[in-house]
Amino acid sequence: MKSLCLGPFLAASAPVSSRAFGSHLTRKCFHKPVHFHSRSVVFSSISCSATLSVSPEIEEKHIFDGEKANLLVRELRKSFDSGRTKSYDWRVSQLEAIIKMLEEREKDIIEALYKDLAKPQFEAFISEVSQAKSSCSEALKELKHWMKPEKVSTSITTFPSSAEIVPEPLGVVLVISTWNFPFLLSMDPVIGAISAGNTVVLKPSEIAPATSSLLATLTEQYLDNSAIRVVEGAVPETTALLEQKWDKILYTGSARVGRIVLAAAAKHLTPVILELGGKCPAVVESDVNLQVTARRIIAGKWACNSGQACISIDYIITRKEFAPKLISALKEELEQFFGKDPLESKDMSRIVSLNQFARLVKLLDEDKVSDKIVLGGQRDEKKLRISPTIILDVPEDALVMQDEIFGPILPIITVDNIEDCYSIIKSRPKPLAAYLFTNNEQLKKDYVDKISSGGMLINDAVIHVATNGLPFGGVEESGMGCYHGKFSFDSFSHRKSVLYRSFDADSSIRYPPYTPQKGKLLKALISGNIVQTILALLGWS
Amino acid sequence: MIGMLKNSCEVILKELKHWMTPEKVKTSIRTFPSSAEIVPEPLGVVLVISAWNYPLLLSLDPVVGAIAAGNAVVLKPSEIAPATSSLLAKLIEKYMDPSFVRVVEGEVDETTALLQQKWDKIFYTVIAGLLGNGRVGRIMMTAAAKHLTPVVLELGGKSPVVVDSNINLKVATRRIIYGKWGLNNGQACISPDYVNALKTELEECYGKNPMESEDLSRIVSSNHFARLSRFLNDDKVSGKIVYGGEKDEKKLRIAPTILLDVPRDSLIMGEEIFGPLLPIITVNKLEESLDLIISGEKPLAAYVFTTDKKFKEQFVKNVSSGGLLVNDTTLHLVVDTLPFGGVGESGMGAYHGKFSFDAFTHKKAVLYRSFAGDSSLRYPPYTDTKKRLMKAVVGGRILGIIRALLGQS
Repeated sequence: MKSLCLGPFLAASAPVSSRAFGSHLTRKCFHKPVHFHSRSVVFSSISCSATLSVSPEIEEKHIFDGEKANLLVRELRKSFDSGRTKSYDWRVSQLEAIIKMLEEREKDIIEALYKDLAKPQFEAFISEVSQAKSSCSEALKELKHWMKPEKVSTSITTFPSSAEIVPEPLGVVLVISTWNFPFLLSMDPVIGAISAGNTVVLKPSEIAPATSSLLATLTEQYLDNSAIRVVEGAVPETTALLEQKWDKILYTGSARVGRIVLAAAAKHLTPVILELGGKCPAVVESDVNLQVTARRIIAGKWACNSGQACISIDYIITRKEFAPKLISALKEELEQFFGKDPLESKDMSRIVSLNQFARLVKLLDEDKVSDKIVLGGQRDEKKLRISPTIILDVPEDALVMQDEIFGPILPIITVDNIEDCYSIIKSRPKPLAAYLFTNNEQLKKDYVDKISSGGMLINDAVIHVATNGLPFGGVEESGMGCYHGKFSFDSFSHRKSVLYRSFDADSSIRYPPYTPQKGKLLKALISGNIVQTILALLGWS
Repeated sequence: MIGMLKNSCEVILKELKHWMTPEKVKTSIRTFPSSAEIVPEPLGVVLVISAWNYPLLLSLDPVVGAIAAGNAVVLKPSEIAPATSSLLAKLIEKYMDPSFVRVVEGEVDETTALLQQKWDKIFYTVIAGLLGNGRVGRIMMTAAAKHLTPVVLELGGKSPVVVDSNINLKVATRRIIYGKWGLNNGQACISPDYVNALKTELEECYGKNPMESEDLSRIVSSNHFARLSRFLNDDKVSGKIVYGGEKDEKKLRIAPTILLDVPRDSLIMGEEIFGPLLPIITVNKLEESLDLIISGEKPLAAYVFTTDKKFKEQFVKNVSSGGLLVNDTTLHLVVDTLPFGGVGESGMGAYHGKFSFDAFTHKKAVLYRSFAGDSSLRYPPYTDTKKRLMKAVVGGRILGIIRALLGQS
């Protein structure tokens, strides 16, 4: 089945290359690609003043509105109610299908990621495909264990009894993904939802259209369509989906939209996981192995989707006298990694869209900042590339120090004492990740103790999210809830408390009429105090 | 209830050191060498909005959890239980550190003012009222959304009790009575709401004139009295009252009342009753009871009385609720190794025991690495050899790694 999917062309955004139709469309044209229950691709345009020479595959106009969204949810709910997705076998079959999909279609996935982000093959494989596979493998390996009810101890108060916590699926869940790791951040939550036994709708980001389209195709080809679906589109489709009642929503994206998602979820009392972002600081002490530190900083910034990651290093804090050494080490390693002309390097992603490019250039061109550039600053609007750029000691009120940068610009803030870093970091909202480079054990302890963030990594950057035993999630402005590994399973499950009692040993002390003796005995029982209980029974306390 | 609270505190005091210790977790080959742990940290400043039915317990139980997790707390007790609200304000001022724990008394205005602030977590116990706790829960969550504040919502729902015929009837009915009328005269969010059952032993518990019994709570307010009267006055249920039905508006008392086979679309079957009225629905086959329950919203609790192992398993497997209790009612909430919370319309999040600590904690993931063992495999420029080797490493295949190193795969 061939699929043709066009991303929406909204105002000045997403001039994706190699789109044959691009030059025929006016700016007012809105395309809504839809992959909904159909074997061929359809799209509709609301207001289009250009005449399109469209391919013969397009048959009819379908708008994915509230009504369609409602139908979709009802269909998935019916599937869920049939009980099929609850079974271990179904979950395993889907997880195995995902692994098969990742192995057979690796090339297509990497190609799509290259189309959307010029993501280097290596990065695409390690950070997206391999991670997804690892998630899936772990779920397959541990699922039986995760699904088992957890026995818990009971006390004398409820004797005789036995208790357990039974994990059950929530029902129909919605995963709204994003554009920077468009494959992983779609598949990883979906894997979690499936392993917990839910039906799921995935809404990939339209700003990574090749991946979005591929996800729709692959899901239809490899997975159980009566339980797992992809809805492509932009704001209108997302809005239509958010109007429905879901049993859980996982959203990855910005805090601004996070609030909208949460407010929409509140209408249906839907619990939500929000994976947002923040300005992730990296504090660098002078006692480090400089070369390794510089390399890891680069790995956590420019080799990580060109800084377009919610956990990439946003800014650095280091000692005044150490900064020149750090900058020079970074310069050296950057040249090693990306060559003398980084704008030409194939080993770095491009900026995803013209919108984002313009935003980043604005940050660099601000007066307070433009003269603080100590490295880089070059840009190529046609190729949507900005070279690795370091800016030194920009003022606190510069634009670049306000919101999450999400790009290849690295501010370095210098301090006299390293402890000054705490007030700088704490003056901002809690980030999704915080980093520290040092060999000083006390500093490590203090940092972990004083700084609150979603996650934290000492002496490296970004890779803590590859540890499945650690929860991945934010706090405060950087999000709520978490996933990865068993946390994914738990996040998409309801943990039902179950207490089993028998009819034996039914003591009348619970029941009215309430006498003083009953009261004393009850008090003793509740406190679990054996001696008191005996005394009360004997009428002594 | 005071006993439960004291127990809560004692458990926390005993376990706190253990709960506060970071939890070490395993790391994978991807980050070798490294060590990892999950560090629990307080969220910051939290708000607890309590309810009127167990005003002391539902205020202090969450507050105790918040404090155990290291937060500063503001408690807003329910104005519908004014004596307790006032007492809480006095006692907390007297016994606790006012720079970290405060009480704000008041009604809608005060609550609204509090909700406009940015909190690090909000814990609401919402009670059925004229609006219905689902509505209020939504309003609360929407207010929290403005500040991206995570919430725990303890709501309610129609907690069903399914009663099989092959049981010890005396014990079952006593437990149902206790769970319904013994707990605040039905004004508990987990008391059995409608029962597929046979008989009761109410007289033994409350005597021939239950309206005079001291062992029965009154209805909390005239508003709620009116709400409950509406259920009884509903045309669809007249003639279905098989026991009780007496009301005393002055004393705000309603006698334990049983209604038999009310229509599914009657008012009393539409929302959480939260009062001493117990509808009994009869079915021909026990399995029909499962369909009935599953067709409704997920309740905070579900109960089943049976000795049939298979039906028991079916019930546990198919009925989704916050909590579930076999052969008893309501008791599961004293088991603090079990999370107490709802699902769907009955709420989100949970507490009690360690779950209270966790509810008010952020679990920060921390990974430690050293500068040793830094492989250039990770870094650009990405050569084909690096790609092959990296693939082999993440695949965990030793042979593959060797082959890649030798340039063969």
